Amino acid sequence: MRLTEDEKAILAGEAGPARQWAIRHQMAVGEFFDAPELVPVGQAHVMADTESLGESGVAWLESLAALPERERRVRVPTITDPRGLDPASYKRLGQTDAMAAIEARAIAAFEALGVLMTNTCINYQTVLPPVRGEHLAMGDTGVVIYSNSVQGARSNFEGGPSALAAGLTGRTPRYGYHLDAHRAGTRHFEVKHRPRDLADWGALGGIVGKAANSYWEVPVVSGLDSWVEGPPNSDELKHFGAALASFGSVALFHMPGVTPEAPTLADAFGGQRRPASVPQAVPIGSSDFDAFYAGYAATGDKVDVVVFAAPQLSLIEMQRVAGLIDGRRVHAGTALVVATSPEIKFAADRMGLTARIEAAGGIVAAGVCFYQSYAREMAEANGWQRLLTNSAKLVNIIAGYGYKPTLASMEACIDSAVAGKVV
Amino acid sequence: MPIVLKCHKGLGPTVTGTALVAEDNFSARYDLDRLKGIFSRPAHKLFRRSYVDRILVLQTAKGGVASAWMLREMAARGMAPKAIVFDRTNTILAQGAAFAELAMVDRFEAGDPITLIRTGDELRIEPDKGLVTILNRD
Repeated sequence: MRLTEDEKAILAGEAGPARQWAIRHQMAVGEFFDAPELVPVGQAHVMADTESLGESGVAWLESLAALPERERRVRVPTITDPRGLDPASYKRLGQTDAMAAIEARAIAAFEALGVLMTNTCINYQTVLPPVRGEHLAMGDTGVVIYSNSVQGARSNFEGGPSALAAGLTGRTPRYGYHLDAHRAGTRHFEVKHRPRDLADWGALGGIVGKAANSYWEVPVVSGLDSWVEGPPNSDELKHFGAALASFGSVALFHMPGVTPEAPTLADAFGGQRRPASVPQAVPIGSSDFDAFYAGYAATGDKVDVVVFAAPQLSLIEMQRVAGLIDGRRVHAGTALVVATSPEIKFAADRMGLTARIEAAGGIVAAGVCFYQSYAREMAEANGWQRLLTNSAKLVNIIAGYGYKPTLASMEACIDSAVAGKVV
Repeated sequence: MPIVLKCHKGLGPTVTGTALVAEDNFSARYDLDRLKGIFSRPAHKLFRRSYVDRILVLQTAKGGVASAWMLREMAARGMAPKAIVFDRTNTILAQGAAFAELAMVDRFEAGDPITLIRTGDELRIEPDKGLVTILNRD
């Protein structure tokens, strides 16, 4: 890889051992992916919940945090993905003091590095939205796919160590979705059935993701600009993208007439650079949605926990949950968990939404996203198995933690939480 | 003569070990019980199989960014695979292998490694040379 004079100095250890580790890591990854150089980034976003870090990861962060201040502070704004637990609600969710203690150690270490503890996977809605062409080092696959596709920014999936390395050097290897060559569409899907709600948008992401099934595929989803309802909104694209990334490991999609790099179908496939390369579309109709839901169906089963998360809820989603549960009561044998970002939680508190959800028996957790929060241990502590959610991403993830997940609309989830069984 | 497969230059040290092959993908977060060292997602083709000290041969890396931390954490507890061979990895698993100093290779000249390597094969992985040798077959 070509290095600038500044980068060579970092590699030589002149900026301290943390930045030296960071650039060595970036060179190893960059050479694996044939990156010619490093590219400056505007932000880094670090996924580092303690369930993933473990004791060894936290101890490693603490070793960086013990360095002199000028050697340990990040060089570009560096923010965090959801944490392993919410200090205000962890006891109600059956999480332990030991989990809280290791979480506190990780937070202290990150703060010593100058990392902002935003604890959110919806930073593109709530912190500093990416802009077109901006190079980023984003963790959380849902953040990457939204930043790349809806906002036209440029990021690969950056795991926690790599995102932190980018914060420390202010750069990331230029490969994958930083390069024009990887951003043209490779697969074509045409939507014949307009998604009705957030669960449907997630289901669509799941359907396309299963078919695309590779980090290096760029699905183009056409047919969404011709509906009288207009284009999808930010929450709808959030659920679509999060599910697409989760099911397919996909980091970029185009929607002709909707997303910024695809004014037309031809543009989505590279436009002038790759003329006449629009492939035949795979149609997606109502039967595909039916089959997707059927894979998780459990009508009549007892519901142990209803979860709204993955991604964290926007203020608008919080308002919808509150409106649907007003004047009702969550069944005694069922838990209702709502996860949002700390900033949205403050707003929801201020506007009375949290109080309305909790008055009905729900738990509003901040700075977490359920699946990153010791999900297996929560299931064991609370006796949870059947999980109902409107997040297609969550149904994909959570089976590995011993849950039986079912996908349903927000309305059906709330009705089921009240009934104590899948309605 | 053992069978020698050429691939892209990889990550991590040279290792030898026994292959565990499946026509499926890999995510440390979604697919594994990392405490028991087994595949735990019921839909995974290696469900209930132990991955500890095996050379996993799979199609691609899937799912979340957590795997980047998890490989090192698994290695620290002695509960990691010995190496991972992919047809094509995603960025997360490559970053995770770099962080964990775990052997990882992908992009084979002869095609998809799950069709070239069988469960039980004895393999030598040489990431710096971009070579995988099947030691027990010729």
